[in-house]
Amino acid sequence: MTTAPVKSNVPARSGLRAWLSSDAPVSRGHARVVQLYQGWQKLYDNKLAFLGFLIILGLVLMAIFAPLLATAEPNAQDLSKRLLAPGAPGHLLGTDELGRDIWSRLVYGSRITLLIVGIVAFTAPVFGLLIGTVAGYLGGWVDQVLMRLVDIFLAFPRLVLALAFVAAIGAGIESAIIAISLTAWPPYARIARAETLTIRNADYISAVRLQGAGVMHIIVGHVWPLCLSSIIVRVTLDMAGIILTAAGLGFLGLGAQPPEPEWGAMISAGRKFVLDQWWVAAMPGMAIFIVSLGFNLLGDGLRDILDPKKSQS
Amino acid sequence: MSIADSTATVARRGFSSPLYKVLKGLIAGLFSIAITMVGLLFVTFIIARVMPVDPVLAVVGERASQEIYEAAYKAMGLDQPLYVQFLLFLKQVVMGDFGMSTLTARPVVEDIARVFPATLELATLATIAGVGIGVPMGVWAAVNEGRWQDQLIRLVGLFGYSMPIFWFGLMGLLIFYGILGWVGGPGRMEIYYEDIVPVVSGMILIDSLIAGEIEIFWNAVNHIILPASILGYYSIAYISRMTRSFMLEQFSQEYITTARVKGVSETAVIWRHALPNVMIPLITVIALSYANLLEGSVLTEIIFSWPGLGNYITNALLSADMNAVMGGTVVVGAIFVGLNLFSDFMYKVVDPRAR
Repeated sequence: MTTAPVKSNVPARSGLRAWLSSDAPVSRGHARVVQLYQGWQKLYDNKLAFLGFLIILGLVLMAIFAPLLATAEPNAQDLSKRLLAPGAPGHLLGTDELGRDIWSRLVYGSRITLLIVGIVAFTAPVFGLLIGTVAGYLGGWVDQVLMRLVDIFLAFPRLVLALAFVAAIGAGIESAIIAISLTAWPPYARIARAETLTIRNADYISAVRLQGAGVMHIIVGHVWPLCLSSIIVRVTLDMAGIILTAAGLGFLGLGAQPPEPEWGAMISAGRKFVLDQWWVAAMPGMAIFIVSLGFNLLGDGLRDILDPKKSQS
Repeated sequence: MSIADSTATVARRGFSSPLYKVLKGLIAGLFSIAITMVGLLFVTFIIARVMPVDPVLAVVGERASQEIYEAAYKAMGLDQPLYVQFLLFLKQVVMGDFGMSTLTARPVVEDIARVFPATLELATLATIAGVGIGVPMGVWAAVNEGRWQDQLIRLVGLFGYSMPIFWFGLMGLLIFYGILGWVGGPGRMEIYYEDIVPVVSGMILIDSLIAGEIEIFWNAVNHIILPASILGYYSIAYISRMTRSFMLEQFSQEYITTARVKGVSETAVIWRHALPNVMIPLITVIALSYANLLEGSVLTEIIFSWPGLGNYITNALLSADMNAVMGGTVVVGAIFVGLNLFSDFMYKVVDPRAR
């Protein structure tokens, strides 16, 4: 979290630019903005990471403006126009076995993908952070018990565990979200614990403790902020994995239920006629691929930007 | 208990011999494995109990009379408190009994022994590809850090991480089986070859060679090559990336600079000095990737109708065959824990500092 000194060979700038890249911030807010701007510039300089950023931006915009972008109702069936090839008039990416427009279904499907990723990417890290920091800060038997729990969940194959959970609580988007969150938290707990172990004996923690701060206050207010940057990097890198797991559950018929336009479920439906009408299965797969590639590119870049220690790997 | 006793005696005599240390480590390791395994069993057990499926109905059928139902209910121990049921389950598992599968009407242990070799065959081939191609690729990327070779390999890896494997498999089938006709379709071999070769190892590539059925062997190769390549690609992506970062770490060490200053050739620096040091963390990575392939090839097996463990567990789950699910999950968990233990052990063999 140290602010890297601004390179001196940058030519002097004027106006907003100068204010944004100032190496002598006048206030806390200014320093934050400068730091953000530096991060943004690094992101912009890293072409692949920036491409990833654009892809994700595209996904978010697609989800927001889905009704404008879609050329047809995602669930409107027209059996007279079933299995049309891509490029057919009015159907950019063709139609599926019920005559539904694949492009429109992909557009609306982005909402489901974003919903799943958004919720899992919030709940799993927070839960992992809580477990990991508590274990690391308290140590002793609490640490032993919690880390054993983490080991047990890590010993399960992720997809099988998610499958079992969904089978137990019933198929659907909500179950898929719960199942994926339940399988995604252990790595965060590991990371958070490792970070906490290096922080817990720092002088500033002792200082806060001597002022009479409670355990939870110290953990949430003074340990969490320092764990955040490594957790954020990990979250971005995990998002692609979350998308792929969600799509896998959808493919197995355990995620979003028909007729919802979930990408994995669409591939599953197209599987039956993949040899003759390849586009029904190929198009949603491309969508999944592009979005997870976007998250991977961005995560890879963010690791370099947020985590200078590990920039080599 | 005998190991524990002997450690205690050694400790009492005040020995601090290496043997004592090894034993102590071993016991700590075994203890933590035992705890993890019991926890794994407990989670599986709870999931099985939460399942909205009546295990009695699955056994006696829907038309059974009330008396039969109740008798079965008692015989299965369902009238006992939950913790007693769990202890009974533990006892059975320790004795290697996972009960009968309602789906195949065979003991789960037998089923797993039948399906596991198919998964093992696939995962082993994929791992061989992953190590054989991934390690040199990672070294190549590290040597050319920041140049186009490095970027290319990075992209290959990122593509692998981003592709939904079931879609990749489906497209592979479409192109190489449907359009080009280069490889065999789903399944381990053509239907008319099935059940000809006597089962020795359960792995068709080995069994067909033992039986001298060359034709069946080539047919099996034709069928395994696509799923193995697809799994292998993921393995390559992972292993090459890790190799690259481990190599870069070594390159920044002083002993490498020393070797270069001494005038050691660059080839020797890379392969004789840096790589052996990389092998240590790499073993863990390879073991982890192998474990993931053994347990995580669920979707690939479904796409290719591969009669392996992943396919078995998924089918069991979808038809609420809980004995099979529990058995399969326990085996998978045990593999994971076992491979972790193995990589720890290899660590100590390869690296004298870790002993």
